[in-house]
Amino acid sequence: MDRIKLDAWVGIFVALGLIALMGLAMKVGNLTSNDIKTTYFVTANFENIGGLKPRAPVKSAGVVVGRVDSIVFDTKMYEAIVTMSIDERYVFPKDTFANIYTAGLLGEQYIGLEAGGDPDNLEANDKITQTQDAVVLEKLISQFLYSQASKEEE
Amino acid sequence: MLNFFEKIGGAIRSKITRLGAATRLFFSIISYSSDSFKRFNLTIREIYFTGVLSLVIIVVSAFFVGMVLGLQGYYTLQKYGSSEAIGVLVALALVRELGPVVTALLFAGRAGTAITAEIGLMKATEQLSAMEMMAVSPIARIVAPRFWAGIITMPLLASIFSMVGILGGYVVAVPMIGVDEGAFWSQMQANVDFNYDIVNGFIKSVVFGIACTIIALFEGYDAPPTAEGVSRATTRTVVTSSLAVLGLDFVLTSFMLTV
Repeated sequence: MDRIKLDAWVGIFVALGLIALMGLAMKVGNLTSNDIKTTYFVTANFENIGGLKPRAPVKSAGVVVGRVDSIVFDTKMYEAIVTMSIDERYVFPKDTFANIYTAGLLGEQYIGLEAGGDPDNLEANDKITQTQDAVVLEKLISQFLYSQASKEEE
Repeated sequence: MLNFFEKIGGAIRSKITRLGAATRLFFSIISYSSDSFKRFNLTIREIYFTGVLSLVIIVVSAFFVGMVLGLQGYYTLQKYGSSEAIGVLVALALVRELGPVVTALLFAGRAGTAITAEIGLMKATEQLSAMEMMAVSPIARIVAPRFWAGIITMPLLASIFSMVGILGGYVVAVPMIGVDEGAFWSQMQANVDFNYDIVNGFIKSVVFGIACTIIALFEGYDAPPTAEGVSRATTRTVVTSSLAVLGLDFVLTSFMLTV
């Protein structure tokens, strides 16, 4: 086989491979939709994070505004310190509320941010003070059972 | 009784010796690589033989694997009322596991055996010794171009496999079964992460490419110069490559999942 034909075939092959890789990145993966480039970090303490994992989404009004960067356990307060990386385009007031929600009944857990009314905004490495822990299903059920039992006693 | 232990010890020793010889071959390939890069058209030729000629088997099997994944996934997911998640299932299965692994197995069967048989026969017909007589290093001229061609080819083939497989899953899920097209792609994009899933699959395919090619080259280079020796070496290439790919897959996956 002469060299030009060989080069052409190999060129087609390499181009196909690169197109497939680009297709995986753009059409299958989240390289296009996940255009969060510059972020800033915000921390929040939770007494119980439930099943929250690093890289879980941080949403506000249902829109993904960032991701959970890391979760560490603090032995001074015996709380979980959750670090979130939030897209620079979005700013939140200082008294923003951070809740841990569950998507669906058994779905993944995510952090929901509810903006407060403070005129000052959260800056990089600030701490969100108002948090609400993950709902633990067992606790809910036991509370429900206790309340039912106390009703019956009355 | 002593004879028995002697046999076991001998078998282990010969395996370890072969491993050492393979490592030596690997490093001599690396050291001769600059020579073979100067004549890169040799590598281009090998990319044609290992890559372009493997395209048909890769594309056809990827399409069928994707279609089967679509059907099987739909059958299970519709029991839980979440048949829209079929896109995620097909994409994650292909990108993370099946793409690199099945491509590597096909690559070992299609290209690895050809490499072993070719080099084994060159050795049996004393072409390699003739090259050495002419002061041409057979490693620089024959072995290293095939090695680099394998490394370049495997990730490209694996990417093509994953993409075609996803298209196969799409063909089954959307036109045939009637899953919503928007949900198919959007759920896929929401759940397949570029850095974690696609890059990890790519790394896997590079590692499998190195493993498959080096095994094929070593078996050919090490084959006894007889017809029987070459045929046994070809068989060993498939067996060893397949085991190496599956074993490495477990090791790599366990590394990658420790996030």
